[in-house]
Amino acid sequence: MSAAVAPPITRVNPATVRAATDEPLGVKILLVTVSVLFLGLFLVVPLAAVFGEGLRKGLGAYWASVTDPAALAAIKLTLITAGIAVPLNLVFGVAAAWAIAKFNFRGKSVLITLIDLPFAVSPVISGLIYVLLFGMQGWLGPWLQSHGIQIIFAVPGIVLATIFVTFPFVARELIPLMQAQGTDEEYAALTLGASGWQTFWRVTLPNIKWGVLYGVILCNARAMGEFGAVSVVSGHIRGKTNTVPLHVEILYNEYNFVAAFAVASLLTLLALVTLVVKTIVEHRLQLELKESTQTPSGEA
Amino acid sequence: MSIEVKHISKTFGNFTALHDVSLRVNDGELVALLGPSGSGKTTLLRIIAGLEVADPNPASEILFDDSSVTERPVGQRRVGFVFQHYALFRHMTVFENIAFGLRVRPRALRPSKAEIRDRVHQLLKLVQLENFGGRYPSQLSGGQRQRVALARALAVEPKVLLLDEPFGALDAKVRQGLRDWLRKLHDEIHLTSVLVTHDQEEALEVADRIVVMNQGRIEQDGTPEHVFHQPANPFVMEFLGQVNVFQGRVRRGQALLGEMAIEYPNYEADQEREAMVYMRPHELDIKRSRNGVASLAARVVRVNPAGSVAKVNLRAGDGQNIYVDLPLERLQELQLAHGDEVYVYPKNARVFVPDYVI
Repeated sequence: MSAAVAPPITRVNPATVRAATDEPLGVKILLVTVSVLFLGLFLVVPLAAVFGEGLRKGLGAYWASVTDPAALAAIKLTLITAGIAVPLNLVFGVAAAWAIAKFNFRGKSVLITLIDLPFAVSPVISGLIYVLLFGMQGWLGPWLQSHGIQIIFAVPGIVLATIFVTFPFVARELIPLMQAQGTDEEYAALTLGASGWQTFWRVTLPNIKWGVLYGVILCNARAMGEFGAVSVVSGHIRGKTNTVPLHVEILYNEYNFVAAFAVASLLTLLALVTLVVKTIVEHRLQLELKESTQTPSGEA
Repeated sequence: MSIEVKHISKTFGNFTALHDVSLRVNDGELVALLGPSGSGKTTLLRIIAGLEVADPNPASEILFDDSSVTERPVGQRRVGFVFQHYALFRHMTVFENIAFGLRVRPRALRPSKAEIRDRVHQLLKLVQLENFGGRYPSQLSGGQRQRVALARALAVEPKVLLLDEPFGALDAKVRQGLRDWLRKLHDEIHLTSVLVTHDQEEALEVADRIVVMNQGRIEQDGTPEHVFHQPANPFVMEFLGQVNVFQGRVRRGQALLGEMAIEYPNYEADQEREAMVYMRPHELDIKRSRNGVASLAARVVRVNPAGSVAKVNLRAGDGQNIYVDLPLERLQELQLAHGDEVYVYPKNARVFVPDYVI
């Protein structure tokens, strides 16, 4: 048949040549518009609505809702809960990550799976586990009752449920970081005569400080914002066992929208602060990770 | 201080890293543990340091100056350990890194601040990094980092220095420089040292003695000259530099390689046995014409004169590749070209008869 015809050689104007990943202007505008609209509709508008609704009847009403004794009690309980859960999970998370990243032992993969369990289980189930264990009809309920200890529908239950739900955050953040850093620095410290304790405080901990902080921020955000698990074990006793998220729900169910949104705006503020701090810490964490993965060879 | 290990074995799960290894390093010696990866050399070094524990065995023992340190933890063995990837404390300055070993001492044994400062400056001078005390490890090149690591190890005045592939992560030129520098340092301070390496050139150049390891066992132990020129077995022969291997037979004091016969008085029996004949590239010569019996006909495949010797690649009649290193003047005389028919003459050869397996 006929031979293939060579394509005609055309001169191209360099200004119109696009890079492989470049798109025509119309497509660009379309993509950006869709993204902005989506973000606006699902993130910015609800955020603004929380503050708008809370301030609908003026600053005075807003202030009154936030300083209402029940609201203050809820804020206090939330702070206490986070104040207990976060330090405990910090210690647990660092210990677990240290064990998993720096040592080999039997049952390591089981431990990793267990750490992930709270992420996999619905928070409501997490709460129910504690009701099942410590509730009146639970396994330990009768014994606890005969000794006058109340866990469910009381502060200890709320703290326990919060610890359970938030315990993966610190460990999950540290395991990959510590694995990337390896164990050579610890070994070096040991050969130089440092004790295990000195090695931990002087070498291991300074190397992971940004990772620890990042984990703590996420852990704290979740501890203060947790609803499901806490709701199951709390009993919703106003002024006694209400955390901030539970208090918001009660106010909302009472059609007290201004108060509900005013208190909700506190949680929203917490979220915004968390995001800002997280962004800053994330940057430092990236540096920490990058330094641990580079092993450059250069001139002497 | 001398180091001695006796009957050390180590298994990791199903993998046996060391099979009943015994070794002595004399006071002031620089010994290289040489072997391919997985030969157990690093494991042995880490056991000497106390970073790993040998498999329990009543006969196994680690002695420093003939007294047992088997039970002593790593921090009390007074070893200086240098890691392949430096293992510098990344959040500390160079100064703090070097001072670390002195700062972690119990208060009663800790030198004063001024003493620590003097000691660190002295060490910075020794490793030629006087102005780098305030820098962080990430601001240093690889060669500089390794020198800081060495200074840090020396700060605690160790009795022995253990180096685990210390130049493995550096590029060729820096390696050479640091190698020479290490040898010079050793000649100055005479610290008993064990160097782990997989680079035979490094071992041959730096060490007083080479211990060749393979699959968890010591294959040969001797001076660089001895190990290179009198390899104990085919593994050592093949590991220390390039080598041509031929399949041959032995009979009545001779090794037969095709039409070539080599003296081999170690085997006088009439019964013919299979044998391997090893010749290093520089132990072969090329001639244009045949004279005598001990030669192999081959055809020139490639000539590479770029180097201190010319590397000639030939192919024998049976398809085997032969590598010959010729002095450049000799190449000039011969005027070899691709496809030339030539004869290869061994100046030296080693014959190994494999053990009877049946």
